[in-house]
Amino acid sequence: MRIEKHPILDFKRGARVRFFFEGREVEGFEGETIAAALHAAGIKVLRHSVKLERPRGFFCAVGKCSSCLMEVDGVPNVFSCTTPIREGMQVRRQKGRGRLDLAAGSGPSPEAGER
Amino acid sequence: MKAGEFLIIGGGPAGLMAALAASEFGVESLIIDENQAPGGQLVKQTHMFFGSKAERAGTRGFEIGLELQQELSTRGIKIETQASAVGYYPDGTVAVMQNERVWPLKPRAILVATGASENFVSFPGSDLPGVYGAGAVQTLMNVYGIRPGNQVLMVGSGNIGLIVSYQLMQAGVSVKAVIEGLPKIGGYLVHASKIARAGVPILTRHTILEASGKDQVERAVIARIDENWQPVSGSQSILEVDTVCLAVGLSPLTEILWQAGCQMYHVPELGGQVAWHDELMMTSVPGIFTAGDVTGIEEASTAMLEGELAGLGAAKYLKGESKELQCRIDDTACRLASLRAGPFGQKAREGKCKLAECRR
Repeated sequence: MRIEKHPILDFKRGARVRFFFEGREVEGFEGETIAAALHAAGIKVLRHSVKLERPRGFFCAVGKCSSCLMEVDGVPNVFSCTTPIREGMQVRRQKGRGRLDLAAGSGPSPEAGER
Repeated sequence: MKAGEFLIIGGGPAGLMAALAASEFGVESLIIDENQAPGGQLVKQTHMFFGSKAERAGTRGFEIGLELQQELSTRGIKIETQASAVGYYPDGTVAVMQNERVWPLKPRAILVATGASENFVSFPGSDLPGVYGAGAVQTLMNVYGIRPGNQVLMVGSGNIGLIVSYQLMQAGVSVKAVIEGLPKIGGYLVHASKIARAGVPILTRHTILEASGKDQVERAVIARIDENWQPVSGSQSILEVDTVCLAVGLSPLTEILWQAGCQMYHVPELGGQVAWHDELMMTSVPGIFTAGDVTGIEEASTAMLEGELAGLGAAKYLKGESKELQCRIDDTACRLASLRAGPFGQKAREGKCKLAECRR
């Protein structure tokens, strides 16, 4: 699915990044979002809807429509269309509204708040 | 993160131009943008712009974005990326979230240049993976270099639908058809001709009845429609496509303007609810400016000029009047008017007139 030759654009891809989708290793390039890297790997179904459990992919790709919400490193409701991939990241399809495992202390890693 | 005097929410064509214009008169700006890189929709536009040299005509959209960023960094104007304005407080504080941390910023003037989001149309199967907004398709192929699919049905023949169809072909994707509900092609003839010459049928008075497939789009059913927008029986045809691209218009992203209590009006010609603004793009709330698609869906070139006006307006608001400033304002206003002067600017002209009347 990756474009290798383009009449106008020259795609300078970053370093290779390995992450996991449903426990399976997927490779993308640094700077790519989760949804983009998964799409390049042929994965279009990113979650299942709340009531009818219908398959959902991304729609807007700019973090507005919430169609692409996934579970990332145990945290549900992450915009996979705007969140960049990271080495070793664990990405899963979200079922319904997702599950918040507060007791186990799931949440963003402490260093995420620093800058 | 420090707000400076002038906080610009949205680093697209309007926001970037506003910062540059304001800096000419000594206004210190901070631009915040929620994306990984600034430039707004310019980053995905591979076509050359129209207009005159002053509007950077003949330059491709993404190159304009890079040029503007270069000028900003030369002038030392800061851009904070992956930073979202998540709230406006009555004392003028804007809450900005970056890396899961919230920064309360209190600038003396604000520009809301948040752009627009894509409209959706509902039909059976419209929630299937493979039904994507035109902007999403552009991001995927022009920013990340990834094909959205192999066979595409384009819904909508406005400029976005036409341009994205051409871009899909450049990326090696087959565009099966462009369909349009209206009896006439919506966008510029020059864009329509390019794809028609390449053999893509542009079907006016056609609609999509459904998309179907197991876990993703595998086909779409289209049909001709009559004067009452009802499908004509027997006119259905099935297209083998894995992608349905929706290019059915945009709606302004006005949340911050609503929160700030700006007077809002519904102007269909501008794409929905927009904030009233004066000639210098200032809303009904003193010190809060607005520019670009958020104040009426138009093009990047008009957004750039509106942004420039807003930047000059902020300079007048913060630093006071001067002869030099007034000259710049008159010049920019004149260029904006001439850009909207043609038949394709008619809708925007009418919308802006209506909006101006709203508060009289």
